[in-house]
Amino acid sequence: MSVGLVVVSHSEKIATGVVELARQMAPSARIVAAGGTDSGGIGTSFGKVSTAITEAEDGGGVVVLCDLGSAILTTETALDFLDDDLRAKVVIADAPIVEGAVAAAVTAETGGDLAAVRAAAESANRAEPADSGAVPGDAAIPPGTLTETATLVNRDGLHARPAAEFAKLASNFDATVTVNGVNAKSLLGIMSLGLVRGNRVTIAAEGTEARAAVNALVELINSAFGE
Amino acid sequence: MKLGTGWALAWVTRGASVISDHRVELITLDREIGDGDHGENMDRGFTAVIAKLADVSDDATPADVLKLVATTLISTVGGASGPLYGTAYLKASGAIAGKTELDGEALVALLTAARDGIVLRGKAESGDKTMVDAWTPAVDAASAARADGKTAIDILRAAADAAEAGAVATEPLVARKGRASYLGERAIGHRDPGAQSTALLLRAAADAAAS
Repeated sequence: MSVGLVVVSHSEKIATGVVELARQMAPSARIVAAGGTDSGGIGTSFGKVSTAITEAEDGGGVVVLCDLGSAILTTETALDFLDDDLRAKVVIADAPIVEGAVAAAVTAETGGDLAAVRAAAESANRAEPADSGAVPGDAAIPPGTLTETATLVNRDGLHARPAAEFAKLASNFDATVTVNGVNAKSLLGIMSLGLVRGNRVTIAAEGTEARAAVNALVELINSAFGE
Repeated sequence: MKLGTGWALAWVTRGASVISDHRVELITLDREIGDGDHGENMDRGFTAVIAKLADVSDDATPADVLKLVATTLISTVGGASGPLYGTAYLKASGAIAGKTELDGEALVALLTAARDGIVLRGKAESGDKTMVDAWTPAVDAASAARADGKTAIDILRAAADAAEAGAVATEPLVARKGRASYLGERAIGHRDPGAQSTALLLRAAADAAAS
């Protein structure tokens, strides 16, 4: 019963492109494109949006990403026509469409609930604080936290699909986990670090499964993300 | 005098015709401060509405007609006007549900509900340079006419006059909503296309009552 996503854009290509990109990071998330008018032109379609919402829903609710203003109007109108039960679990995220969809998809795939998936999408609005470069900020890590360092050896570093794998793995653990001081469960936060092959990272964790989290994440990095 | 389904159908038919006649004008206004498709969108929507009128049953109420307009516009107009006008007609339909004839009070309720639907959907305020700047004067004028004991036709005429004046009054405004809001002061001197289409439609309502 995971959360579904709908991507509403004035452009059919943008919507399908965003879905394709998000699927790279979250292959099993349920994401439906609803872009362009009924005849495939630029604009939004009430019909496409309505259909997409019912397709994306699987019991966990739906988060909708929109591009420009009237995409929101069309979606809100579509919500008005839903029955009360479904309408109660469809939310429009206030987020940029690409970054929001990608973050939301990863959270949905890890089993996040409606509120968590929406929050992930909206995390794209805040500039995530990042130590760009690989200086592990020791001052930022509270004493008593488990830490370990590793060097990125995979081709893409901590970008795109590897970043998504990293975030998804971190999300499995009952622990607060950071990578170079940034929340390791936040896809966009990780990607904002801009870490590339050769950079060293510091993984820090606190909580019940801190040791398991650190071990798993270090292993993922050392294994070059299975390349 | 009361207006019934005949008037509602005449309003819709006349409205479609007027929109079609003014298609280029609406496109031009929208090209100046928008993305240039208002006339095309509205014409497509109302053409679809006319086709659907064939489905209207003999015992349909005015509310049924307006609801048909609403759902058709929502699914064919696109842009922002689809949801906005669609919601307007939908709420208007709700305000007169069940009535077979509309008196002055019902007409004011219809217009008010339409305006409120647009505000609910688009969240514009008076002075934002949107269709609300035609609808709100129309609603106020209709209320005043009704309070003065005017007939249904005169109430609709008052609404149409006020909508037309309201549309003209959008010209000096800076847009605070919609595509035009990206233009800043370049929008000054241009009439809002949504306000213009509103004025056209409300004039059609008044003319339909007089015919």
